[in-house]
Amino acid sequence: MNQKGPRLGEPPSLWRIRLVPVASVMIASALPLMLPLIANSPVLPPLGLLFFLCWQLLRTEMWPVWVGLPLGLWDDLFSGAPIGTAVGLWTLASIAIHYASQRIYWRGFYHDWAIAALLVAAVQALAALITHPHADTGRVLGLVVPQIILSALLVPLFLRLTGQIDNFRLRRR
Amino acid sequence: MARPAHRRPGQSRKAQYSLFAAYVVAVTGAVAGLLLAILSVADPVGFAQLRVASHEITAPIARVTRSVTGSISGIDDAVSAYVSAGSQNRRLRKELAETRRQLVATSAMQEENRQLKALLQLQQTNRDAIANGYLLTSTSTSSKRLALLSIGRNLGIAPGQPVRGADGLIGRVLSAGPSVSQVLLLADVDNVVPVRRARDGLPALSTGKGNGDLDIRTLNIANNPFKPGDILVTSGTGGLYPPNIPVAIVVRRQDDGALARPLADPGKVDAVSVLRPYTPDNIEAAPTPAPPAASAPAGTP
Repeated sequence: MNQKGPRLGEPPSLWRIRLVPVASVMIASALPLMLPLIANSPVLPPLGLLFFLCWQLLRTEMWPVWVGLPLGLWDDLFSGAPIGTAVGLWTLASIAIHYASQRIYWRGFYHDWAIAALLVAAVQALAALITHPHADTGRVLGLVVPQIILSALLVPLFLRLTGQIDNFRLRRR
Repeated sequence: MARPAHRRPGQSRKAQYSLFAAYVVAVTGAVAGLLLAILSVADPVGFAQLRVASHEITAPIARVTRSVTGSISGIDDAVSAYVSAGSQNRRLRKELAETRRQLVATSAMQEENRQLKALLQLQQTNRDAIANGYLLTSTSTSSKRLALLSIGRNLGIAPGQPVRGADGLIGRVLSAGPSVSQVLLLADVDNVVPVRRARDGLPALSTGKGNGDLDIRTLNIANNPFKPGDILVTSGTGGLYPPNIPVAIVVRRQDDGALARPLADPGKVDAVSVLRPYTPDNIEAAPTPAPPAASAPAGTP
């Protein structure tokens, strides 16, 4: 075994294979709180959630089904929703993706898009309802509708981005 | 096309068990997470420290990005303003005319007020700010409107202190960390501020709508007295916000009150001051004759 350095065509290190997807979701979750943007309404799509769903749609077996627990907790720290919201909802979403990938044997692009859009809508709506339990339900849902529409339209872009990151992750030396 | 998942673990007992265990962990964790969320809604202070700690991590980066680019403020405002430019122009012209008229009336009243105060020999309530800072960033992906303030416990910031900008009220401190603190903005759905109409002291409650606007409700429901252009200031009732901080301007009437727009846009405000909470201790500490006299301008027209 050559200890000096990597050989040509060798697969990337396990660290890179494991860490890149997790890091991409974590950075995307924390990014909104690093931008100098003071929003009056939920204007940005939930970046962390979109990457989380896209990774699972692209590589369903990469993560165990409970991976939403730590990643959701990380997202909760930055999203402003009560801590535990994303822990629960993201895990339910990944269970839903695993179920869908059993039901729909060969998922296509439009399947992926539809699943991601539905899950983003459900997660964001439920998170808003959990965040404001005493407020009027219709109003709270009206608050997140523009964000849900924007996120649904951005799903193909995020699938592409995830694919690019996946290529980087698995690139041979 | 995603590769079909090999969910069937085959004959291996170990693989079967580990798959089953993953699902058990996931379902248990999800339920526990949702229970935790309900708990942290009921007791927001208990988990605040966890979030403050994480914000301490991102704050340095937010400081850098803010200093590099300045505040990218009101993207949503810009978009909606573009869509409704025509009607907004008409409305603004009308508001401008209305405001000019009010300005004349107000300047006369200010002079009168000054003379009356001199007669009463009331001193201006000492409302020195505890500290000044600026808003670094805010949550923008969830329906909660939290902003990050650039100062924390190092400058005496504590939960419950009101925050105001030059134009008016911004919100209140929700939790304070060592060097940053979180501000619950005025427009948050859960932020209720007791206000009164500046013109005649009509008491009302302002609730955030979550999209930058405020809902104004009067305490007496008999009639709807609001007119577009009415200025609302804090009333000091309830003891958190000091009286007479400008809050909002009424944009249009609604069937159960009015729709108002905050006078201070947190996205455009540069520096903010953190004030002392309006509690009995602080009122007595202020150089006013007596607490009733200090709160008298708030209650009477």
